[in-house]
Amino acid sequence: MIDLIIEKIEKMEKKHQKKETVRSSVVLKVYRANRRARESAHYDSIEVPVERWTTVLDALLYAKAYKDSSIGIRYSCRMASCGSCGMKINGIPRLACYTKVSELEGSTITVEPLTNFPHMRDLVTDFSQFFAHHRDVQPYIQNEEADIKDKAKLSEFMQTPEDLDKFLQFSYCIKCGLCYSACPTVATDTKFPGPQALSQAYRYFIDNRDAGGKERINIVDDRHGIWRCHFAGSCSSVCPKGVDPALGIQLLRGHLLGFSKNEKKVADLQERLKKD
Amino acid sequence: MAPGDVYALCASGEDVLMEVADRNNREGIKGWLNPGRYGWERVSYWLQRLTGVGLLAYFVGHIYETSSLTQGPDAWAAMLELTQTPMGHLILLLVIGMSTYHSANGIRLIFTHGGKGLGKPGRPDYPYDAVSLNYRQKSGIWIALILAAAAMLYGASVLFGGE
Ligand code: HEM
Ligand code: SF4
Ligand code: FES
Repeated sequence: MIDLIIEKIEKMEKKHQKKETVRSSVVLKVYRANRRARESAHYDSIEVPVERWTTVLDALLYAKAYKDSSIGIRYSCRMASCGSCGMKINGIPRLACYTKVSELEGSTITVEPLTNFPHMRDLVTDFSQFFAHHRDVQPYIQNEEADIKDKAKLSEFMQTPEDLDKFLQFSYCIKCGLCYSACPTVATDTKFPGPQALSQAYRYFIDNRDAGGKERINIVDDRHGIWRCHFAGSCSSVCPKGVDPALGIQLLRGHLLGFSKNEKKVADLQERLKKD
Repeated sequence: MAPGDVYALCASGEDVLMEVADRNNREGIKGWLNPGRYGWERVSYWLQRLTGVGLLAYFVGHIYETSSLTQGPDAWAAMLELTQTPMGHLILLLVIGMSTYHSANGIRLIFTHGGKGLGKPGRPDYPYDAVSLNYRQKSGIWIALILAAAAMLYGASVLFGGE
């Protein structure tokens, strides 16, 4: 029995093993510029020692501690939970703390600020637009029956594990902005909410405790809204938390187009058409 | 307030203007380049656009070509002389490939845009492979590419093969 389990685990590990590049040091090519000082951008090459387990964030912090303390980085948790350390690593948006140096090929690693975010300094970008888009889709449960201000008796909502599974994965979003940086529509349309906000709209839309569907749908059903998604899938390929924003967006669009059936949601959508 | 209209980036107005000037560091059309870095789905997106725009250009040219008929048989014959050339045939071959890929992949996209064939949300586990980028979708893209190649081969055999 135990042997079988161990065999199974070993098989799984083999399947998920990424190709590993072993080296004792690596050159970080770091994007440097300060917007406020109107500096033009340049790259600094900094050699740092690495181990098998060194992450790109570890390497950057080493460079900052021992080589050049002026490198601007944003980070906090170092464990893919806070969503602060997103940057372009070898041209692809990734979390620096979740990317091991050994996963990357070549002797040089290029680190640049996330595109599609206004640049501030070095690897740090401004997230205010991104957060504003998130706020716009009203990412909270709205339900008058749950209003604790006016109701003396608190009500409880039943939710089955199946109900939970419909939105759980979308609620794992850490707002790191990698998807926003990878999206080709965000790249050309500043009013497009982006994969993060749109998948959050679905997360609340499909939650059976929520009754705010109509207003939220009005927000995403816009000329610059959900219809601008062309399913390039890049958001889902870079998301470090398995949120799969592209899936949320297509499922939400399925409801809007009438492809998907869910009695309560269909009723919500029909109600919306009547009033408009 | 329209969605996403909040662009107060820094405290001073000057900075906001600067951001507007460089489009907030948006990747822009440049983001279309190098689609391979994000996988097959991004390549498919890119090809769907490219073939769509190509077909539109062909459509305009085609209307221009066939409208010469209204000028009488001589004008039509003169036009055929221009188009029935090796170069014209090559363009036609490209159109065959573009329309086959665009239609086949377009049919796949009609389903995916409605949330069909993408799998169900669940409980993601390491290494967090996205279900929407599943094997069925990738196969759909490859089938569209293979069909386009086959159609072009057949087209070439008809256009260039045996007089
Ligand atoms: C069987 C015929 C066709 C089908 C099934 C089809 C389907 C599609 C689909 C599903 C898209 C993607 C839309 C999206 O991603 O949101 C698309 C894009 C496009 N199509 Fe077609 N199409 C067809 C014929 C044509 C023709 C004949 C033209 C040109 C005259 C054309 C021009 C375009 C253009 C320019 C795009 C790019 C727009 C975009 O990326 O969304 N299509 N097509
Ligand atoms: S959906 Fe994924 S990539 Fe996008 S912000 Fe959330 S965690 Fe980051
Ligand atoms: S430091 Fe928190 S996600 Fe990387």
